[in-house]
Amino acid sequence: MFAPDVLPVIFAALMGLSILLYVILDGFDLGVGLLFPFSEPEERDRMVASIGPFWDANETWLVLAIGILLVAFPAAHGAILTALYLPVAVMLIGLILRGVAFEFRAKAPLVHKGLWDAAFFTGSLMAAVSQGFMLGMYVMGLRWGWSEVAFALLTAGALTVAYSFIGATWVIFKTDGTLQRKAVRWAQGGIWGVVIGMGAVSAATPLVSARIFDKWFRFPEIVTLAPLPLMAGALVALLWIALKRLPAPGDHFAWFPFAGATALMVLGFSGMAYSFYPYIVPEKLTILEAAAATESLSIILVGVMVVLPVILCYTVLAYTIFRGKATALRYD
Amino acid sequence: MDTLLLSRIQFAANISFHILFPTITIALGWVLLFFKLRYNRTGQRKWMDLYMFWVKVFALSFAMGVVSGITMSFQFGTNWPGFMETVGNVAGPLLAYEVLTAFFLEAVFLGIMLFGASRVPGWVHTLATVLVAFGTTMSAFWILVLNSWMHTPAGYELRDGVVYAIDWMAIIFNPSLPYRLTHMLLASGLTVAFLVAGISAYRWLRGDHAPAVATGLRFGVVLGAVLIPLQILAGDMHGLNTLEHQPQKVAAMEGNWETGPHVPLVLFALPDQAARENRFEIAIPSGASIILKHDPAGVVPGLNDFVAEDGTVLHPPVAPVFWGFRVMVGTGMLMLAMGAAGLWFLHRRGAENLPRPYLIGLVGMAFSGWVATLAGWYVTEIGRQPWLVHGVLTTAEAVGPVAAGMVLTTLIAYLMVYVALMVAYIGVIFHLARKGSFFTPPVQPALQPAE
Repeated sequence: MFAPDVLPVIFAALMGLSILLYVILDGFDLGVGLLFPFSEPEERDRMVASIGPFWDANETWLVLAIGILLVAFPAAHGAILTALYLPVAVMLIGLILRGVAFEFRAKAPLVHKGLWDAAFFTGSLMAAVSQGFMLGMYVMGLRWGWSEVAFALLTAGALTVAYSFIGATWVIFKTDGTLQRKAVRWAQGGIWGVVIGMGAVSAATPLVSARIFDKWFRFPEIVTLAPLPLMAGALVALLWIALKRLPAPGDHFAWFPFAGATALMVLGFSGMAYSFYPYIVPEKLTILEAAAATESLSIILVGVMVVLPVILCYTVLAYTIFRGKATALRYD
Repeated sequence: MDTLLLSRIQFAANISFHILFPTITIALGWVLLFFKLRYNRTGQRKWMDLYMFWVKVFALSFAMGVVSGITMSFQFGTNWPGFMETVGNVAGPLLAYEVLTAFFLEAVFLGIMLFGASRVPGWVHTLATVLVAFGTTMSAFWILVLNSWMHTPAGYELRDGVVYAIDWMAIIFNPSLPYRLTHMLLASGLTVAFLVAGISAYRWLRGDHAPAVATGLRFGVVLGAVLIPLQILAGDMHGLNTLEHQPQKVAAMEGNWETGPHVPLVLFALPDQAARENRFEIAIPSGASIILKHDPAGVVPGLNDFVAEDGTVLHPPVAPVFWGFRVMVGTGMLMLAMGAAGLWFLHRRGAENLPRPYLIGLVGMAFSGWVATLAGWYVTEIGRQPWLVHGVLTTAEAVGPVAAGMVLTTLIAYLMVYVALMVAYIGVIFHLARKGSFFTPPVQPALQPAE
């Protein structure tokens, strides 16, 4: 039904889309959790309210991404996940903690609320740090050496700060008053993490692999690709200026930092995708070699083509229903 | 302990913890819809009070189910890479359809169902409730398709040791799916019935005699009493289906070693696998033959048929399957007794005058659905050993090359988290029940009846 050499590419693109959506969407709600220690207890209800209706669906993109890896590239799934056994476990326990803390903090006896707030922060931190660590290990080719681990620790820190940055921009977008002003300061502090993180990954990736170095720095690619880093630099500058001036009268441009942070993530992700294509396990296994049987991929693709647009539609619907500034979460 | 055993314990711990919460949410979604429709129809506040109370339990259970479910999708890769490498062509699409048609649906509309009542028209909120309930049921459908296929694989062929799908209808509607799906959906209904009855009884005993509490009691008891006979019937049919496809599992459930006629129904025994016999056996003569073959002279397969020439055991470990089955059936019988007694009391005395000992019994049975469901799953899953996919892939072949110490570390970490969350979860449900009993908040029914 579909050509056998096209299917793996389509699925790699779908997986990329899922990971990108996950990093942006769960990025902002993990980020909100990371900002808990900097906020007052009474501000936390509002921060949680800003992500309450969304976090569950946001996390589902991770399930879809890992699902596509699992079903479309079974050989890579095993290789990547057994290599990242410990960070995956840390991430999972983190996701468990924060996912349930969310519910418990509102329903448990009031005296335990602080405890669940701490669990929410700890879980968010574990998830963010382990994801950043896995990113670094992946860039380093999934090898467990001292220098690889050191680099992965750097990306772990950077991604954590980046998540807190996009979380802060979300709070700017969804709240007002004192909390919004506070979030502007958080974002000003966090933007450096984004710059360092993107810089480190961009610098390290071509150095680790001659193939990737060549892909970026040979002529004419070096010219056609130049807009990518230039746009990222311009965005950072614009964000910096915007954060100096926010909050603006009439709440103008409150959406801009979040949009800018999203655009930065898209740029960074595109760069990485370009670097690693066509490999799925860096320098070891290409997407064609790792792909599952054509007939199985075909039957999934049929479902994806029908269902994914519907999912995107009702996701947009949910964000539309809960548009505007966050208000207290109520079941009635 | 070796990596295989530790990985099995870890997966068993994860999936045991996980299944508790879907078992609640699958049926509770429909129950919430029922409460809401009753309110829309009658305008009586008690239905909205019930909805408001149980939607909190639903939200909490849903979150527990989601996060513990994510863990499993990763463990396929981290601990069981052989599973996807061998049967990924079948398991993959089934899991993908679960994510696409169920996970996103329930996750997105849950947000609207929980927090959107004041932001959307009443009918949209009701629709969101329908879609969440539908999503949880779809999720159960797809995962039970995959699980049933692992017990009774069909519609595939093996090429170079890898499974390829040839007939998707045969894969999806494989021989054990109808029985397993029915059995699990009824189990979910029963779990919720006894949870609603038990927590309502707890509130009643603490002096909260609001109309919603009495109605909750009546609802739970009646639902339980209606579902338990259906479940006994479905379980019996599922057992006969298992006898056809996995006779060694039924032999372990019955604790029957030798194939032959007039096989007794063993009520109590300590199966001794080393000596290949039962100790301290108490049995009803010809009982198993009558139940399984509807004839005292019916020939029932025994475990000794499943030992290879060289002594390799090809049947599951007997004791856990044997005992799991008895715990499940025993809990079911208790449910039957409580359901029947409850109907009689409701008929004679009404929901407001149930005898105190009966209410205490209901509180004790609040989580009985969990006990029966877990015991049942242990019977069917341990009963599949040594196979992971029956006749296709053994569990030992699928395990990943992770160091035993590493698996032990993560296992201990997961267990600590699970125990803590379990305590918190049950504690919070009773906390919510107590809160409801002392100061009923002046709930303004913001949800207007849909016209």
